[in-house]
Amino acid sequence: MVPALVKLESVSKSYSRDSLIIPVLDNIILKVPKGEFLALMGPSGSGKTTLLNLIAGIDRPSAGDVIVGDIKINDLSESALAQWRSRYIGFVFQFYNLMPVLTAFENVELPLLLTKLSKKERHQHVESALSVVGLEDRMKHYPRQLSGGQEQRVAIARALVTDPTLILADEPTGDLDKISAEEVMVLLSRLNSEFEKTIIMVTHDPRAAEKAHTRKYLDKGELV
Amino acid sequence: MWVVKLILRNITRHKLRTMLTILGLAAAVVAFGVIRTLIDSYYAGADVLPPDRLVTRNAVSIIFYVPLAYKEKIEKVPGVESVSYGNWFGGLYKNDPKNFFPNYTVGPGFIDLYREYIFEPEQREQFLKEKNSAIAGQRLANRFGWKVGDPIRLTGQIYPGEWDFVLRAIYKGREPGVDENSLMFRWDYFDDRLRQTTPEMAKNGVGWYVVKIADPQQAPVISTEIDALFKNSAAETLTETEKSFTLGFLAQMDAIIVGMRIISYLIIGVILLVLVNTMAMSARERISEYALLKTLGFGPSHLIGLILGESMAVAVFGGLLGILLMFPVIGAASQFLQNFFSGFEVNALTILLAMTFVLIVGITASLFPIYKAVRLPIIQGLRNVG
Ligand SMILES: Nc1ncnc2c1ncn2[C@@H]1O[C@H](COP(=O)(O)OP(=O)(O)O)[C@@H](O)[C@H]1O
Ligand SMILES: [Mg+2]
Repeated sequence: MVPALVKLESVSKSYSRDSLIIPVLDNIILKVPKGEFLALMGPSGSGKTTLLNLIAGIDRPSAGDVIVGDIKINDLSESALAQWRSRYIGFVFQFYNLMPVLTAFENVELPLLLTKLSKKERHQHVESALSVVGLEDRMKHYPRQLSGGQEQRVAIARALVTDPTLILADEPTGDLDKISAEEVMVLLSRLNSEFEKTIIMVTHDPRAAEKAHTRKYLDKGELV
Repeated sequence: MWVVKLILRNITRHKLRTMLTILGLAAAVVAFGVIRTLIDSYYAGADVLPPDRLVTRNAVSIIFYVPLAYKEKIEKVPGVESVSYGNWFGGLYKNDPKNFFPNYTVGPGFIDLYREYIFEPEQREQFLKEKNSAIAGQRLANRFGWKVGDPIRLTGQIYPGEWDFVLRAIYKGREPGVDENSLMFRWDYFDDRLRQTTPEMAKNGVGWYVVKIADPQQAPVISTEIDALFKNSAAETLTETEKSFTLGFLAQMDAIIVGMRIISYLIIGVILLVLVNTMAMSARERISEYALLKTLGFGPSHLIGLILGESMAVAVFGGLLGILLMFPVIGAASQFLQNFFSGFEVNALTILLAMTFVLIVGITASLFPIYKAVRLPIIQGLRNVG
């Protein structure tokens, strides 16, 4: 039995809007082993993004514990959490979230600016991350000069460059055409198999989910 | 370093918006500078007056005479070095009100009391020799193209008739701010003619006395002593330093000056609004970028650096451009205004004030965006995409 990298212990989450309390996740129990490639599926509004955000440490559970590695991240302070994210988590978003005023190279370099790496080391890391995603020749391009698929590959390079333990992807193919989506999925599979990254991916695209090892379904806030 | 790079890229993101903001700031700084300089030059004449000169005038009003006989009595007051006197003439050059400038008649020794007027020694000699001679300030001479030796005719408004003089000396101010817009002529010429032509107007009185004292510290005591001499006489006097006399005279315009000061501060408020608006627009557009930076682990200090840096950079660009433009604008304005103001020049304090306000505005405009960005929950910021 491989030890669990991510553990959700009876996690519930509700949002309060005005005086109304909206329950989103109810008593979720989840173990994700190291090296796993998990696809979280489910209809729109079922709480997939919310669940991913809790694991990412950018949102906090209303009840229960989120444990990643040995760390109970819901106990961390805001600044400790920020530092933790920068070391252990790589993010891939549906809309890429690149900084429009930075080149592909600079976007990938961004998370490294928080490390102690020298400029030279940073450049080596960025170059190898960009070569993994096959965009060495687009380093000086700005996001608006790239296609959607290329932008997402830059975003994957950015998620990869800090060598994180866990990569979290929220609908990474949601905004892409078929061919680009296929490329992105091949890339994520490689990160899992070749670079041994644990990946949790939210998607409602069955073709994307096929590439994962495991699929779990969320429905109305419960894992089924 | 990367923060600086990001700030510069963010500034050039909406080039037109940034340019308009910078131009708006610059225009406001120029307006601020022009108004401050106007106010400064209005008071500049009083600022350069020496503290050891008193003016004694009729206690009721400057328009009433002080008897000529007072001179000897004032001279005897301890601490008084010398006494002279002047009398407002108020003639018009070419009988045209547009040509207005101060002109008055001065008693013996008057120009000796005004060390801040610089004369060519021969010209000064000439003025003292010839009864019908006049002297004029450099700016006044420039205004009408007068040269030494030119005849000048003034049309009397208070004292009837045409009055003819010969310009014998042109004086310069020792420092900026010294009045160079006046014309003076000799008391004996004035008095003799009145006695011949309109004897009913010769009153054995003068408009005011100028009293040079040895020790400026003694000004209040000596003033009180002079006024005590003429207490309960037909013409009581009021003595004060020439500086406070002038300031009191300038105070007649106080409401306008206060209004101008208020406008100069309102302009600072306008600068603030312009920048606040631009910074708020930028911050709103960048919500998802701030959320991304936070997701990646960047902390409040980074966001503060980015936003404050951008606000300060725009403010400082605008401020510097405004200060650069201030000089030619004020230079051009002084061409028109030199007849009325002496020392119409940008002073260091105005620049310091403008720059200080610009920095305060830069900081203030960043406060709300910083507060929003730092407080923003990441998940809310990320939802802002698409
Ligand atoms: N910040 C929030 N405030 C209030 N309700 C929210 C918030 N975030 C998500 N929700 C609600 O929670 C539910 C699940 O949202 P989400 O996790 O984004 O679903 P999914 O990603 O599966 O489409 C939705 O009904 C959504 O409206
Ligand atoms: Mg979602």
